[in-house]
Amino acid sequence: MTFDLFVLPFFFGLLFLIGVLVVKYSRWIAMMDASDRVKAGMALFSFSLLKTIKEIFMESLLHRRMFRRNPLLGFMHMSFALGWLLLIVMGNVESRIYSGGHINPPYYPIFLKFFIHDKRVLPFEIFTLPGFFRFIMDLILLFVLSGLVLALIKRTRSKWFGLKRTTKHHSFDKWAITSLWLIFPMRLLAESFTAGIYKGGGFLTNTLGSIFDAVLPLEYLAYPAWWAYSFMLGIFFVTLPWSRFMHIPTEVILIFLRNAGIEQGKYPGSFSEIEIRSCPRCGVCIDVCQMNQAGNTGSTAVYFIRSLRDQQTDVQLNSNCMMCGRCLEACPVGIDTLGLRVGARSVDNKGIASDYSYLLKQPVIEKKAEVVYFAGCMGHLTPGVKRAMLQIFEKAGIDYTFLDEDGSICCGRPLKLAGLQDAASKLVAENTTKLLKTGAKILVTSCPICYKVFNNDYQLDGLQVMHHSVYIDMLVREGKLLLKPTALTAVYHDPCELGRGSGIYEQPRNVLKQIAEVAEVTEERVNSLCCGGSIGELAMNATQRNVIRDGTLNILCESQPDILVTACPLCKKTFDAGNSVVVKDIAEIVAENIILNKHQIITPAVNEPETCCV
Amino acid sequence: MEKKAKNFGYSIARDRQIDFDANNHDICKIVAKAEPTLNLCISCGSCAATCTAGQFTDFSLRQIILLLRRGETKDLDKEVSKCMLCGKCQLVCPRNVSTRNLVMQISKALYENRMPRLNLENGK
Repeated sequence: MTFDLFVLPFFFGLLFLIGVLVVKYSRWIAMMDASDRVKAGMALFSFSLLKTIKEIFMESLLHRRMFRRNPLLGFMHMSFALGWLLLIVMGNVESRIYSGGHINPPYYPIFLKFFIHDKRVLPFEIFTLPGFFRFIMDLILLFVLSGLVLALIKRTRSKWFGLKRTTKHHSFDKWAITSLWLIFPMRLLAESFTAGIYKGGGFLTNTLGSIFDAVLPLEYLAYPAWWAYSFMLGIFFVTLPWSRFMHIPTEVILIFLRNAGIEQGKYPGSFSEIEIRSCPRCGVCIDVCQMNQAGNTGSTAVYFIRSLRDQQTDVQLNSNCMMCGRCLEACPVGIDTLGLRVGARSVDNKGIASDYSYLLKQPVIEKKAEVVYFAGCMGHLTPGVKRAMLQIFEKAGIDYTFLDEDGSICCGRPLKLAGLQDAASKLVAENTTKLLKTGAKILVTSCPICYKVFNNDYQLDGLQVMHHSVYIDMLVREGKLLLKPTALTAVYHDPCELGRGSGIYEQPRNVLKQIAEVAEVTEERVNSLCCGGSIGELAMNATQRNVIRDGTLNILCESQPDILVTACPLCKKTFDAGNSVVVKDIAEIVAENIILNKHQIITPAVNEPETCCV
Repeated sequence: MEKKAKNFGYSIARDRQIDFDANNHDICKIVAKAEPTLNLCISCGSCAATCTAGQFTDFSLRQIILLLRRGETKDLDKEVSKCMLCGKCQLVCPRNVSTRNLVMQISKALYENRMPRLNLENGK
């Protein structure tokens, strides 16, 4: 007997799921750019495939990133993903023992214990082949069930799993998760009942079966339990493509495409569609988002991506994001949340026109030098930073030219973050011409916003882009600048665009350590907080910004430092308005503490801070 | 380069008559709804004084807000399109007007309300 009516809900559910996935996948392939399709095709036959397989194993099955976040959370997800896969794989191998090695219909291994009652195997016998598999299958089921128990505990004790806030799911997702959760207890019951009747289960099902046999009329319960198990599988498969569990078949594709070197490209496109569906709505991004402080929990990455998937985009929701990248850093799937946000904004802001033809009428000044300095808009708004940099250039004896001495053209990044790519590229073209005309080797910029866009979007052949903190670090290491140690204690704030955005953490700290004692901050480097002044945020009002700023200042000033040092004029300007600590840019504190030789001190030490931390 | 005299945005009042009845006051209402901080503006001109675009051309957010409030929205789209959204004005604004969003909302409102637009692509 290898068929029974009860397998049909499972069987049709699976067929339906496969059908839907085939349609979705083909649609994505059809939506792809031709060049991306070629890249993906090549990746199928290259070494990147090995990398993809490794990443799928580490992230989709073992959940390494989840483990790093919280071991309990990692174990919970691993037990579901790896456990279920092992159930399928090992169940398949086990079924081959009984079918003489040939392929079985898909339902056969799933419901094997219904069809096969192997009386040759004694209870708890594990050294024969069927006995071994019986043991292993029960062990894997126990593994999955342990994850289920954790998932139930997580409902009320999410803090144990490192989550203060969890995602508020739609009712459809709740249906899907209920069916998922019921699959495994149903399997346990069905197998135990059958084992109770026929006395042929493993250590778990056999023991439970004997207990049930003593108190329940198993001959009436076993068959309905198999029906229930099959139904739960069927319901889960049918709901999967429209629920958050679509991430299971999609994340694998996302990992493959990412390793094939495919980027987000146009929005909406197939890559963004795949990213949107790869989001499991785990809610890890909620806690890290500072929007919670400003009362904008609804615009955190998880809800933003859900709004894209449900095609219920909201301009306010898309605009409310500081683009600090903390969610990007936390996301266990590695979804480019910022790229999606820019994409959504590009749709919202379609009607915004730009015309910078007036820039073309400006005379181009050609001043050749080794180093070209670009203060940027924010650099001009904080003249102290600009003056400090010029002082550093003079004292280190650098041949430099100040490109935007008479006012800068914006670098284009604010426009890009607002989704106005076309407008941004006009400024990029204009600035590129001006920069290349200087014939310089090094471009030093004071603004991390400019630094990021110069690095990522400009084609500056032969021009090395350096943020001023990196450049100062280089001057110090080359011995061109001697710094004077002071008795100050300082904390360093990593600007979003410089730290997470460009990966520069150590150079500014190296410089600062020569001048002051640098104290640790609880949230620093990749976990650094946003100052609240972000130009990536489009719609938030000043009150909300101030709340975020004060929250960040409180964390930065926990150790009561004398001075708060940052490397971004915008962060400095924002923190300055908080009035809780003396704020200086790294360039300013360096310029104040340069020694030309061992006996000559150029400037006095930094003034004693007037105010202290609140 | 000859340094231009600083334009603090006070040089816009020409001697002329404004016909309020003939003007379009809807745009201002739409914008104020989308970005309520428009109502906080006291026309101090700080935004115009610090403006990046204002260094190169006679672009002035103060002037734009004034024209918007008067309902003189005929050529406003052309003016607004000069903004680079760099955000300096937002940082200097003493009234905490969300100037960047304001500029975008003005631009959007003008676009969505079928104002006759110039061909901006050719820069004419």
